[in-house]
Amino acid sequence: MSANEFYSLQVNGKNMPVQDSWIGESLLYVLRERLGLPGTKGACEQGECGSCTVLMDGDAVCACLVMAATAVNSEITTVEGITSESALTDVQQSFVEEGAVQCGFCTPGLIVAVHHLLEKNPSPSELEVKEAISGNICRCTGYGRVFAAVEATIRSRNEVK
Amino acid sequence: MAKSSTVTKPRDILGNSALRPDGAHKVQGSFEFTSDMHAENMLWGATLRSPHPYANIISIDTSAALALSGVHCVITADDVPGKPTYGLISSDQPVFAKNVVRYMGEPVAAVAADHPETCRRALALIKVVYEVLTPLTNPEDAIAGSFDPIHPDGNIIRHQRILRGDQSISAEVVVEGEYIIGMQDQAFLGLEAALAIPDSDGQGLHLHVATQWLHEDLTQISACLNLPAEKIRLTLGGVGGAFGAREDISLQVHCCLLALKAGRPIKMQYSREESFFGHVHRHPATIFMRHHADTNGKIVKIDARFVFDGGAYTSTSPAVLINGITHTQGPYKCVNATVDGYAVRTNNPPCGAMRGFGVVQACFAHESQMDKIAAAVGKSPVDIRLINAMVTGDPLITGQIMESVAPVSRCITETNAIPLPAPLGETVNELSLPGGSGLTASRSNIVRGIGWGVSMKNLMYSEGFDDYATARCTLKDGIASLKFATSEVGQGFVTLAPQIARSVLGVDEVILEPIDTHIGSAGSTSASRQTWMSGGAVDGACRLVRERLFHHVGKQHSIDPLRLIIDGTDVVDQVGSFRISVAEASDGIEISETFEHHHRATEELDENGQGNCHTAFAFVAHRAVVDVDPELGLVKVVQIATAQDVGRVLNPLSAIGQLEGGIAQGLGLAVMEEIVMKDGKVRNPSFTDYLLPTALDAPDVVAVMIEEYEPQAPLGAKGIGEPPCISVTPAIVAAIRNAIGKDIERIPVRPQDICL
Repeated sequence: MSANEFYSLQVNGKNMPVQDSWIGESLLYVLRERLGLPGTKGACEQGECGSCTVLMDGDAVCACLVMAATAVNSEITTVEGITSESALTDVQQSFVEEGAVQCGFCTPGLIVAVHHLLEKNPSPSELEVKEAISGNICRCTGYGRVFAAVEATIRSRNEVK
Repeated sequence: MAKSSTVTKPRDILGNSALRPDGAHKVQGSFEFTSDMHAENMLWGATLRSPHPYANIISIDTSAALALSGVHCVITADDVPGKPTYGLISSDQPVFAKNVVRYMGEPVAAVAADHPETCRRALALIKVVYEVLTPLTNPEDAIAGSFDPIHPDGNIIRHQRILRGDQSISAEVVVEGEYIIGMQDQAFLGLEAALAIPDSDGQGLHLHVATQWLHEDLTQISACLNLPAEKIRLTLGGVGGAFGAREDISLQVHCCLLALKAGRPIKMQYSREESFFGHVHRHPATIFMRHHADTNGKIVKIDARFVFDGGAYTSTSPAVLINGITHTQGPYKCVNATVDGYAVRTNNPPCGAMRGFGVVQACFAHESQMDKIAAAVGKSPVDIRLINAMVTGDPLITGQIMESVAPVSRCITETNAIPLPAPLGETVNELSLPGGSGLTASRSNIVRGIGWGVSMKNLMYSEGFDDYATARCTLKDGIASLKFATSEVGQGFVTLAPQIARSVLGVDEVILEPIDTHIGSAGSTSASRQTWMSGGAVDGACRLVRERLFHHVGKQHSIDPLRLIIDGTDVVDQVGSFRISVAEASDGIEISETFEHHHRATEELDENGQGNCHTAFAFVAHRAVVDVDPELGLVKVVQIATAQDVGRVLNPLSAIGQLEGGIAQGLGLAVMEEIVMKDGKVRNPSFTDYLLPTALDAPDVVAVMIEEYEPQAPLGAKGIGEPPCISVTPAIVAAIRNAIGKDIERIPVRPQDICL
């Protein structure tokens, strides 16, 4: 593989150099295989399943559909960037406690999508929740516990207020 | 809720909603799935697959691929040192096609290279000259013998009939239909992946793999590699769902061969497109059923003919066939039956295990028939099912007596007691309408329907197979360690096993050792069997350890060990005042015990399909409410009500997850999921074209768990994984029929089946 490209990405607030890469690599591949951020998952390579959801300049996108080299001027946030070292976020905690995690492969994408939703819309309706995560396919849960986790997060945020 | 530091959290014992031990890692993205693994000096592997359903291989030229910079090796059938074939039941599937390819996507060669893109280019440089043949794609041609054998083992994989009772009897009411079930994909999210690391001496290797059954993989890999099993170690990598698709070998042998040839670690990971070709699917089937019933609707006799399309290789087709035909009657009394069943070989993709395993197909047919009987005798779908409901002690059409707890009537009545959803409002958000956003369903066209499905499902393996499970428990200083080879695919055995240990041993801290082949087999994570089988093994090992702990405590404190029990986290003399914590009692000692759990013996069916072939059964009822736009042929499943026979709930949170997840998969088969075939070619191998239920397709699920302790089960709990996806499918189709007043006899139901 002729691999001599050099560029840098802004990921989770850090400047991350990407060395010796092939220019055709997707953002998903570069995050996982070159930058040591395997939390973003690949499951369809077509933007259909949402497993690779990341935030790009504040928008939720499928990393499999973004060429890494085109993302050089964007701020990228992955599930690792949402995760704090000290404790689970409220969304993450609710996913664990409400049984929204089974095999867990879709989970990082859903975590990013739900954080993004609640940031844009702190009090979504049930239908707005469903629409917001309808791009994230989960094959294990049937979504019932995922809805419960989102509701629990919203409830706990309202209690804190 | 008020938070108080004085509230003691209930211990995570059986019956409580213990949380997943891997949950925190999974929500943080730090859980290591197999596809996340890396090894120093690692290369990538990739597979070249046949573009033709049936062709002779004239020649394979790998020289151009080998010459490409970054390519380390290319392997074909000539590089398989051991057995050239593998298979779960019959070893009839080549590791690589040698002279002939029998399905589109059959592996022909594999490469190892420094980058996935190099692999892709190398595959494109392998020159295979094919002589394309006319594929056998119609299962009836296989049965009729009108097509030359496409495999040395012939075109019929298995034929079995069931003859029970009076073969010539009929009754006042006769209803019949021919039911067609499409090919469903398991569509787990975590694509096939493995990492093979060769030993430094080149004489063995360590394979990390996402699989359902480590020991069965080991047996098959060892034969193909011509290496003794002790030279190969298998460790379960993180598994992103399975649903039956990881029971057969996919990339295991290829990955190991490349690693041994290259002398470097090899990582393989399928793309989604390759995954559609790389694993078996649910069998498409055509089922004819004719029910004879009296004027009250009581079943007198069933005639049936099953044809399962097994595709090019055997996989588990013989067992799927037996499951299908032995569930002809469903959860209903039936004393006379004539059933003929075939599993056949074609040039379609190989089919094998998927959640429900043959019973999904049978259930769609028998439940459609129950509604036809109900209509013929003027009874409701509920009444017709209650009239015929099976009870414990009833004989099945195989002559086997139903010994499992069989609360069929309760499943139906408790489902029926669940309130129906509110009627669809006059003004609703378009996202709630059939078809959802962007489609043009009009509120005024929507009609609502209600339908029923009830099912029976066998648990564990059948026909004399001893699918035992092994576990080891070690107690030391108040901490229990558990060792087993049980594949955790997402179902939650890693949650349940510590719950068992805490309940039996009175410990709080439980360590799970790596899941690998350094202990006896646990059998497959399939057939709704691991809670029963591996749960039974963990329970047995913990009980043996507890017995030794009681002896130790009894000896130290001069108490008859038979008087000792576990109370919470203490060892207690139940007729005295002695009490000591388990932690203190086990301080400084180590007790380790291994236990194999075997279920009761079963037997093969005789030539008339008679015999005690199944281990145990579980039951469930589903009621579906759907909204349909008859003009556009669009369906929205509004609500699924269900009551499931679970024996005993061991973890309420895990249990509801299984029920809701299974319902979504059954919904998929009912109205959207199908691998579309044309002339042996798969037309939609992607998530763009193979549609899966999304959050907007998810119905409201209202579930009741029916807890009637199953005495045969080690923990009183039945397997609950498969039943949720079985009868929900016919319930949804019945609801569509009810809404539009049209007979529909195929699944998935497509728009044209409704509106044309």
